[in-house]
Amino acid sequence: MALLYAIATRIMYAGILLLAVIILNFGMMHLAPGDVADSISQSMGGADEEVLNEIRATYGLDRPFIVQLGSYIGKVLRFDLGYSFFYTQPVSQLILQKLPATLLLVLTAQFLALIVGVFLGVYSAQRPNGLSSHFVSFFALFGYSAPVFWSGLLLLIGFSLHIQWFPVAGMRDVTIEGNFLEEAIDIIRHMVLPVITLASIFLALYSRLSRATMMEVLGSDYIRTAKSKGLTDREIIYKHALKNSLSPVITLAGLQFSAVVSGAILVESVFSWPGLGTLAFESIIARDTPTILGILFFSALVVIVGNLLTDLTLRLVDPRVRTNG
Amino acid sequence: MKNLIKKLLVATAAASIVASAATAGDTPKRGGTLITALGNTPRVLNPAVQSGIVTGFPGAQLFASPLRYDEDWTPQPYLAKSWDVSEDGLTVTLNLVENAKFHDGAPITSEDIAFSVDIIKAHHPFKSMFAPVQSVDTPDAHTAVLNLSQPHPALMLAMSGQLMSIIPKHIYGDGQDPKNHPRNNVDLVGSGPFKLVEFKQGEHVILERFDDFFIEGRPYLDKIVMRIIKDPQARVIGLENGEIHLSGFESQPRNINRLKKADHLTATPEGYGAIGPLDWLAFNTKEGPTSNVKVRQAIAHAVDKNFILKAIMFDTAVEANTGIHPDSPFYNGNVETYPLDLDKANALLDEAGFPKDSDGIRFGLTIDFGWPGVKPQVEYVRAALKKVGIDVTVRTSADFPTWAKKMGTMDFQMSWDTVFNWGDPVIGVHRTYLTSNIAKGVWSNTQGYSNSKVDEILDTASKEKDPEKRKALYAEFQQIVAGDVPIYFTNTLPYHTVYNNKVGNPPLGIWGTSSPIDMTYLK
Repeated sequence: MALLYAIATRIMYAGILLLAVIILNFGMMHLAPGDVADSISQSMGGADEEVLNEIRATYGLDRPFIVQLGSYIGKVLRFDLGYSFFYTQPVSQLILQKLPATLLLVLTAQFLALIVGVFLGVYSAQRPNGLSSHFVSFFALFGYSAPVFWSGLLLLIGFSLHIQWFPVAGMRDVTIEGNFLEEAIDIIRHMVLPVITLASIFLALYSRLSRATMMEVLGSDYIRTAKSKGLTDREIIYKHALKNSLSPVITLAGLQFSAVVSGAILVESVFSWPGLGTLAFESIIARDTPTILGILFFSALVVIVGNLLTDLTLRLVDPRVRTNG
Repeated sequence: MKNLIKKLLVATAAASIVASAATAGDTPKRGGTLITALGNTPRVLNPAVQSGIVTGFPGAQLFASPLRYDEDWTPQPYLAKSWDVSEDGLTVTLNLVENAKFHDGAPITSEDIAFSVDIIKAHHPFKSMFAPVQSVDTPDAHTAVLNLSQPHPALMLAMSGQLMSIIPKHIYGDGQDPKNHPRNNVDLVGSGPFKLVEFKQGEHVILERFDDFFIEGRPYLDKIVMRIIKDPQARVIGLENGEIHLSGFESQPRNINRLKKADHLTATPEGYGAIGPLDWLAFNTKEGPTSNVKVRQAIAHAVDKNFILKAIMFDTAVEANTGIHPDSPFYNGNVETYPLDLDKANALLDEAGFPKDSDGIRFGLTIDFGWPGVKPQVEYVRAALKKVGIDVTVRTSADFPTWAKKMGTMDFQMSWDTVFNWGDPVIGVHRTYLTSNIAKGVWSNTQGYSNSKVDEILDTASKEKDPEKRKALYAEFQQIVAGDVPIYFTNTLPYHTVYNNKVGNPPLGIWGTSSPIDMTYLK
């Protein structure tokens, strides 16, 4: 019952939040000088004034702000994200087209970063002052602080140009028309460099956090008890300590859900990965209000659902959360 | 006489070399997939309602136009096997090839020509292309007669490249808005040498040979894959490692010079004459210090074109002295060019009534720019004008629409701008200078320039049937504008087409990649 109540409150807050997201973003887009007619004009090498005005009239940009906002909110309430002015397609269709590529990239990178990060964190927590521990810290921080457009490009120069192992851009090679397995291998080949680039950011977060919590846990009484029972190091770490040090890491992983859009923009741009990040970037440049709002709305939704799921997962892992509500 | 014979001999020798080169090992081969790159996602693939260089490449493969042009700006038959302009210049008759078909098998008839003209007139961004066309008569299925309200020599270029794409009436005539027609990007039925297989926004455009194309034996390629790769560095690596065979509109000087060094690649500035991309420094001639012609001339003398060409463009671009691209037959470089001369600049500013104050400053000006790529030019102008006592503030715009708004409403003093000629001067040049087109949005006459003599010349030139007289009119126009300096012309854009040496007959005509590549092949 408490769980149902918690979920219902969450959903109510989510509704208010989504409305605020729409109004705020719509207002900001409206405040910026110029509009999509200008960017359409740019894509066409200039246009006569008559044509510009016709474009504005077709998309209702000549109506007062409040009318435009009202009609947009009305549409969203009917689960309609509108029509992209720039790409001349329904926004929901655009987003759904791009979603699988982004999910594939971000979830793979997250998963990789989580596994490797936790492993490195646990490893370096055992000998916090050892040489290898310092090496892990350095490596993780380097990955975190290097701008992805730079590290991505370095990987490209290294592994696409000098050693030609991986393709330079995109998600698949359209000249390959093979069976499922061949196509899967092709996609994996395209994924390697962007996944490594993206994972290097998350890796630092997970390894630092799991190192810190692991060190804390290793110093606690029950670990000393376990040691005095004569358990091996391996048993202590993986049976006792790891489970207790995981919950902050899971919380962090959940928060990183928002990166489905934001974190991937740069990586997607560098590798021409056909995902939501590229779409977000392009539609901001094009001032394509319906698409930008659609993506922001969608990512707000993802963050909210992500947080809800994190909460539920924590309840499963950590009994203390369950009792405290 | 001796000289003449010598010249003739040399010419014959050269011709035979060219001829033998063409026969030995360079015969076009059927088949293969050409992998190319697009730097942006095309908005719409139908060039009848969408202009621009990104739509141009796929657009010109999917749709045929009545004419095409060779490297010497001479019209050649394409969908029209012949054409005839009447003595008074008021009717243009197109005789269409008889075996032309759309990709769905329907014949291309004069009805489709008339329909396409209607759609382009109503929806294409360049109104001046077909404005004088009053009606199109269709006496029979393969004859279309365009009736004009005045002689319109620009029509010839407007009937080529991507500008006059013939679209099927039986598809687009269904009453839906052609600008947002569902079949602009999917299930597209075109008239050109290649048909659409798949267009994935942000990913690729895939085209396949149209077997019923009206020119026997063409196109040579089986397939064209246009990969959409926005990052210029990624395109460079793709060209270097052989993943990409051809890419047009490469414009970063460092990348171009790097690609030139690769043995298996050729980078050439050929193929941009008709699009005619120019970089320039625009002035607001209506308000502020730049409304004084002496101030504008002084600025021109203080900004060194050579610096821009050498230190910013690294010799990948050429000098442009007027608003017409140097590759155009109408270009007249014999105008006032304002070589670097700081003494003269200072004298002109004194004369204009702007003496230096105790700090050596005469007045302040702002400079705008529309995209990050031209920041070096803008910073250079700031530094250069400091030397003659003009304190320049750089105004950065958050994005293109922000800058476009400032330009379109003349809310600027100086701005770095890039403008294309788009074939005939009537289409892409007049718009910048006509009094009737002041402040009508970005790339209109945003300088507020008004000279009745120029208006008159441009009006006469737009109707002049005799090519030589027309050339003379534009020569005079370029001289007057160079004297008035509403714009200080600096250089062409360093656009280069980069291709793998496996590519035979790359598109290097006046329209470059915005023309059909039915003659391109893979060796």
